Amino acid sequence: MSNKVLHVLYNDDDILMDAVKKTRAAHHHIEEVFTPFPVHGLDKAIGLPHTRIAIASFIYGLIGLTVATTMMRYIMIVDWPQDIGGKPSFSYIENMPAFVPVMFEMTVFFAAHLMVITFYMRSKLWPFKAAENPDVRTTDDHFLMEVAVNGNEDELVTFFQNTGAVEVKVVEKH
Amino acid sequence: MYTFSSKLKTLAFILMVVGIIGVGYSFFTAPKTLEEAEAIIAAQHHGGHGEAAHHEGTHSETHENKADEAHVTHVEDTVKEGHKLTDEEKAHLASDSVSSIVATAPAAHDSAVAEESHEAHAEAAVAGHDAHKAHDAHATHDEHKEHAEHVFHQLQNKPWAAVYVAALFFMLISLGVLAFYAIQNAAQAGWSPVLFRVMEGITSYLIPGAIIVFIFLVVGVLHFHHLFIWLDPEVVAEDHLIQQKSGYLNGTFFLIRAAVFIGGWIFYRQYSRKQSLAQDEATDNLSYKKSFKGAAAFLVFFIVSESIMSWDWIMSVDPHWYSTLFGWYVFASFFVSGITTIALITLYLKSKGYLEYVNTSHIHDLAKFMFGISVFWTYLWFSQFMLMWYADMPEEVVYFKMRIENYNLPFFGMVAMNFLFPVLILINTDFKRLSWIIVMAGIVILLGHYIDFFNMIMPATVGDQWFIGAGEIGAVLFFLGLFILVVFTALTKVPLLAKRNPLIEESKHFHY
Repeated sequence: MSNKVLHVLYNDDDILMDAVKKTRAAHHHIEEVFTPFPVHGLDKAIGLPHTRIAIASFIYGLIGLTVATTMMRYIMIVDWPQDIGGKPSFSYIENMPAFVPVMFEMTVFFAAHLMVITFYMRSKLWPFKAAENPDVRTTDDHFLMEVAVNGNEDELVTFFQNTGAVEVKVVEKH
Repeated sequence: MYTFSSKLKTLAFILMVVGIIGVGYSFFTAPKTLEEAEAIIAAQHHGGHGEAAHHEGTHSETHENKADEAHVTHVEDTVKEGHKLTDEEKAHLASDSVSSIVATAPAAHDSAVAEESHEAHAEAAVAGHDAHKAHDAHATHDEHKEHAEHVFHQLQNKPWAAVYVAALFFMLISLGVLAFYAIQNAAQAGWSPVLFRVMEGITSYLIPGAIIVFIFLVVGVLHFHHLFIWLDPEVVAEDHLIQQKSGYLNGTFFLIRAAVFIGGWIFYRQYSRKQSLAQDEATDNLSYKKSFKGAAAFLVFFIVSESIMSWDWIMSVDPHWYSTLFGWYVFASFFVSGITTIALITLYLKSKGYLEYVNTSHIHDLAKFMFGISVFWTYLWFSQFMLMWYADMPEEVVYFKMRIENYNLPFFGMVAMNFLFPVLILINTDFKRLSWIIVMAGIVILLGHYIDFFNMIMPATVGDQWFIGAGEIGAVLFFLGLFILVVFTALTKVPLLAKRNPLIEESKHFHY
C-alpha cells in the first residue's frame, strides 16, 4: 500500500491557522505541522492534548526535596552528629534552617534538569539525531502542513490550494 | 455604575458595631491599677500561663485562685510586719548571715502558708524565724512587684495593640494596592486597566485608614498608650541603647516623618485618581502621561517612605532590635495582602455582574501575583530568620527566641498559611482560574498576613500575655467594616471601566 502525504506550504501564520481550522472542519487528518517559530494557539487549533510536563516537573521537585532531606539527615544527624560551631545536631528539625538552602536548590535542580531530560526523551531529541525536516524553508519563513492522503487525491489538492497555500505537493512517504 | 448593595452596607455597619463592642470590652476589662493586674496574674497562674520563678518557691501547686489572692495580701502583710519588727533587727541580721537557712526557708514558708492561716502562723512562729521569713518575703515582694508591674503594662497595652495591628493592617492593604496600581501604570501593563477602578476604590480607604493610624501615633506621643517604649522618658533615661537612637527616635521627628509619608501617599492617590477620571473625558492623552509620570515618581517616594515607615511604626516597638531587610519584609507582607484584596473584590463585583470585561485570564494573572509574592514574602521571612538564627548573636536572636517560645503557633502557623497553603493550591494553572479556589486561598493569605503583623507588634507590646480575644477580633471586625464601607462607597462614585485609557482595549481582550 502506498503511503502518500500532502505537503502544503504557507507563507503566513494567520493563513496557516485558518487552513488548520478548515482542514479540521473538513475532517482531514493533519499528520504534522512544521513552523519556523511558535505559532500562538496552533496546538489548540490542531487539537493537541495539553502537555503534562509541569506535573512531571512537580514530581521531580518532590523527589529532589526528598533526596536532599534524606541525604542531610543521614550525614549530619544520623551518621556523625558532630557539634559544628554549636549548631544543634540532635534532630533534623532543630538544625533545619541550615539545610533549607540545600533543600531548595536540590528541589529546583531535580525539577529543572529531569524535566528537560524528559522533554528531550519525549521529543526524541539528542545530538547526532538526523533532522526530520521535510522542507528546508520551514526553518526560515515557510509553514508546512502534512496531511494524509485518503481517497480522492485531486480533490484533496484542490481543497488545499483553496486554503491559501503557496505550494501543494504529493509526497510518497518512506 | 456600581450600586452599593444594602445587604453589604448593613453587614459593614454590623461589623463596625460588633467591632466597637469588642474593642470597648477589651478596654473595659484591661486592668486599671496594679492590684487588678495582680489579681489577673494570680488567676492566670493556675491556667498554666507563664510560670514565674519567684512564685514557685512560695506557692504550692494545689492552691486555689482564692488562696492565691489571699497569698498576695499575705505577702504584703508580712512585709509590713517585717518593717514593724524593728526591735528584732538583731535577729534579722543574724538570720541574714545564716545563708543555709535562707535557702531552706521558702520550703518551710510554703508549707506554713498552705496549712495555717496568716494570723495563726505569725503568732505561732518563732520570733527569729518570723523575722527571717519577713526578710525573705520582702525580697520576693520586690521581685513580685516588678513582675506585676511588667505584666500590668502588657495587659494595659493589649487593647491598644489590638487596635493598632488591625488599623495598620487594613491601611497597609490599601497602600499595597496603591503600590500595585502605580506599578501597573508605570509598567504600562496591558492586562490590568479593566481593574484600575477596582484598585482606585480600594485605595480610597488609604485616606481614613492612614489618618486613623496617624491619630494613633499622635495619641502615643501624648502618652495615652505605651506601645512605643522609646516615647517614655523614664525608660529612655535608664536605657543607653535608646538614648543613642533618640536623635532619630523622638516624638516630634517621628510625627513629622509620619505626616510626610502619609501626606505623600494620599497626595499620589488623589492625584492618580484625578488623572484617571480626567482621562475618561479628555480628547488627548495628557492625563495618561501625567499619571504615568506620577506613578514613576510615586514608586521612588514609596520605596523610601515604606522602608522608613516600617522602621518607625513596626520595628521601633522593639527599639533594641534591628534588621536590614525589615522594610522589604513588611512590604512583601502587605503587598501580597493588597493583591489578594484586589482579587477578592474583583471576584465579588464580577459575581454581581458589574465587571463585564474581566475574564478568567485577569483572575489568573492576579492569582499568579498572589502566588509569586507569597513566595517572595516567604523568601524574606526565611532570610531574616535564618541569618539571625545561624549567627545566633544575642542582640539579634532574642527577637526570634521570644517569638518561638511564646508565639510558637502563630509564628510557624503563618508560614503554613502564607507559604505552604498558597504554594500548593495556586501552583496549578487550572486552579488559578477557579473563583472558589482564589477566594479560599485569598482568605487564608489575608488571615496569615494579619497574623504576620500580629507577630510583629504583639511580642514587644503585650509579650506572653497575648491572646486573640474580644479586643483583637473586635478591632479586625471594626476595620473590616470600615474598609468595606469606604471601598464600596468609592466604587459607586464612578463607572467601573476606565473609558479612554490607551491600554483599555488590549485589557478588555486580554487572554492568556
